[in-house]
Amino acid sequence: MAAATGGVDVLARGFGWRHSGRKRAAVSDIDLSIEAGERVLLLGSSGAGKSTLLHAIAGVLPSESGYRTGELLVDGRPPDPTSGTTGLVLQDPDAQVVLARLGDDVCFGMENTGVDPAAMPARAREALATVGLDLPWDHPTSALSGGQKQRLALAGVLAMTPGLMVLDEPTANIDPAAVPEVCQAVLGAQAASGATLLIVEHRVDIWAEHVDRIIVLGETGVVADGSPAAVLHDPELRGNLTAAGVWLPGAALPQPRTRQSAGAVLLEADGLAVARARRGPVAVSDLSIDLAEGQALALVGHNGAGKSTTALTLGGLLPARAGRVRATPRLLDLGHGAPRHSDPHRWPAADLVARIGTVFQEPEHQFLTTTVADELRLGPRQAGCTPAETEARVAELLERLRLTRLAGAHPHTLSGGEKRRLSVACMMATRPPVLIIDEPTFGQDANTWRELAALSCELLDAGTALLTVSHDAEFLQAIAAERMLFGRGQAVRA
Amino acid sequence: MNADLLVPVVRETALVRCNPVAKLAAGAVLAVAVVLSIDVVSAAVMLGLVVLMLPLTGLDLAILVKRLWFLPLAALMAGWGTALLSQKTGTVIVDAGPLLLTSDSLTMGAAVALRALALALPAVILIATIDPTDLADSLIQHLRLPATFVLAALAAARLVTLFIAEWQTLTQARRARGVAGGNVFARVGGFFQTSFALLVQAIRRGTRLAMAMEGRGFGAQDRTWARVSSFHPRDGVLLAGAIIAAAVTIGAAVAAGTWNFIFTIGS
Repeated sequence: MAAATGGVDVLARGFGWRHSGRKRAAVSDIDLSIEAGERVLLLGSSGAGKSTLLHAIAGVLPSESGYRTGELLVDGRPPDPTSGTTGLVLQDPDAQVVLARLGDDVCFGMENTGVDPAAMPARAREALATVGLDLPWDHPTSALSGGQKQRLALAGVLAMTPGLMVLDEPTANIDPAAVPEVCQAVLGAQAASGATLLIVEHRVDIWAEHVDRIIVLGETGVVADGSPAAVLHDPELRGNLTAAGVWLPGAALPQPRTRQSAGAVLLEADGLAVARARRGPVAVSDLSIDLAEGQALALVGHNGAGKSTTALTLGGLLPARAGRVRATPRLLDLGHGAPRHSDPHRWPAADLVARIGTVFQEPEHQFLTTTVADELRLGPRQAGCTPAETEARVAELLERLRLTRLAGAHPHTLSGGEKRRLSVACMMATRPPVLIIDEPTFGQDANTWRELAALSCELLDAGTALLTVSHDAEFLQAIAAERMLFGRGQAVRA
Repeated sequence: MNADLLVPVVRETALVRCNPVAKLAAGAVLAVAVVLSIDVVSAAVMLGLVVLMLPLTGLDLAILVKRLWFLPLAALMAGWGTALLSQKTGTVIVDAGPLLLTSDSLTMGAAVALRALALALPAVILIATIDPTDLADSLIQHLRLPATFVLAALAAARLVTLFIAEWQTLTQARRARGVAGGNVFARVGGFFQTSFALLVQAIRRGTRLAMAMEGRGFGAQDRTWARVSSFHPRDGVLLAGAIIAAAVTIGAAVAAGTWNFIFTIGS
């Protein structure tokens, strides 16, 4: 790489941003000064505007999309992404791959900023080596895993030798096993270039020991700013951070649920083989699963082992490839309607939603109406509840999940944690005896995490059968889940 | 690569390495030669020439046949329809009540069937052998199309495969909410609702992709090129080959007296 270019400084004076169409500013009154070459972790509750600030610094907030106040300077000038001064890495690995071949993708940023083509291959290879992607130049980017895609995005940024690297939750959407490699890649890249580093992330433990400084954003701008030791060991700040949903190293976990003896079996499967597509490859075969009232069962194992496919099949959303999924007479009798078949996949959707609720990993996939309250009404209405019953349940869920204030909001405008809470509440509204949740805690802040854990325990104690797909060992411990380990086309009770 | 979804390239032949713009030009020459006349001879000669050239395309021919078996079938259907409907002149060959086929109508049907194949096959070869990235480079560097537009389209095209999986998920998610199925009207309504949800997802993903691209300086004035798209002698050979094939096709039809110039039909 061209000799380390060093970092650039960032200066904000009374900076604020309000998105068009919103009453409240996403960020306001930000005053901060970041020195060249500093490594900074930016914390704050979800909705504190961390991402907005980050995007503003990277210069990718379109000026016509909102209203700016105050001043924001990068290297003494207003942020301009085309100058090549800043490099941005986002959260969604799939939305950052630009080109089909690995090497071409790394060169994309250099091409845009007018780097001499003769220098590109060497710089690209060096960037790839720094992030530890030892793959051929022509390797198809579509064949990369989530963690590899994040490292590729980082290499593309690094090859531009920016003075400032801006990372928006770079590890939130990847398999936890791949987090250390991405973390190492980021730190290696920073050390190699000497660039200023600005990271937003919920999980403090990943970065705390590697950064020089932690800045905490609150409703009123910057609420704390100092060395990791000072910020993380200040009892008052710690309390504020915990309240803001930040994951602090060494924070106490909730007391695990006391496992109770399971009730009657609701759902059973024997010799089950599952597959994504009618003709595609089989993901897992020869599965035997019983799910009983009050039982928590977790499907665990590495990505691509067929956990989600199994959950969809048990939830009556995919046909079984071989074997059968059977609802016991007990499950058939619970709830409105009377399905004639024992196989949930053959039930009408209205009968299904009254018996088995499935919460998808991406909440937005399940939103079908235009307000939060309507979203909650939809399920009970489909399942045949009376209007009075429906309204009572909606009011109770809004209250229980702290969504009352948002009852009239459009579901798509909620924050990540709010969307997750709403998607779980939607499936709870019909009070299904079986609840299936795919990666409930993925990318959530500590508050939402704690709430989801408490809610799951409550449901389990009330007799709901809970099946979850999760990588989150702490969550599974909190709800005292039995585990089923997936791998090599099979699954065994762990 | 997207093209692998159609027919994969298994050998890097000279034709595969040709510049995409040269390939497009050659394809256009062939297409014009076929389109100009509806007659059996020109269509058959062109189809024969293209089939003879198939080994040079580097395509997996077994997969080509397996995946595109419906093309000849569709061409036959088109030919059959033409034979039934075109003017019943010439000798009567089949006369079974409403079913009347004459020598002329059958010839016309055959011409249409062969012509459809002679048009479709080169198109398939083009799609399968042109790498989208190389095409974008070539369009920008040689045809001077706007870089921002072409590169954005290229990046967006990559998202299409993601949307296929997304559609499946959205359909399942609807059922999980209890709103799938029902009568025909409910299903049609559901289709549009799912389409709308997919559109929302597409826009969101597109927005994030645009932000990621911008974050890497996309849209700056002085862009440089990591890959240089250039022309080689083989591109000239390809184009010359296409022109010769077109000339042979037209020449054969004129010599055989079957040349049936499209713009004079019916006059």
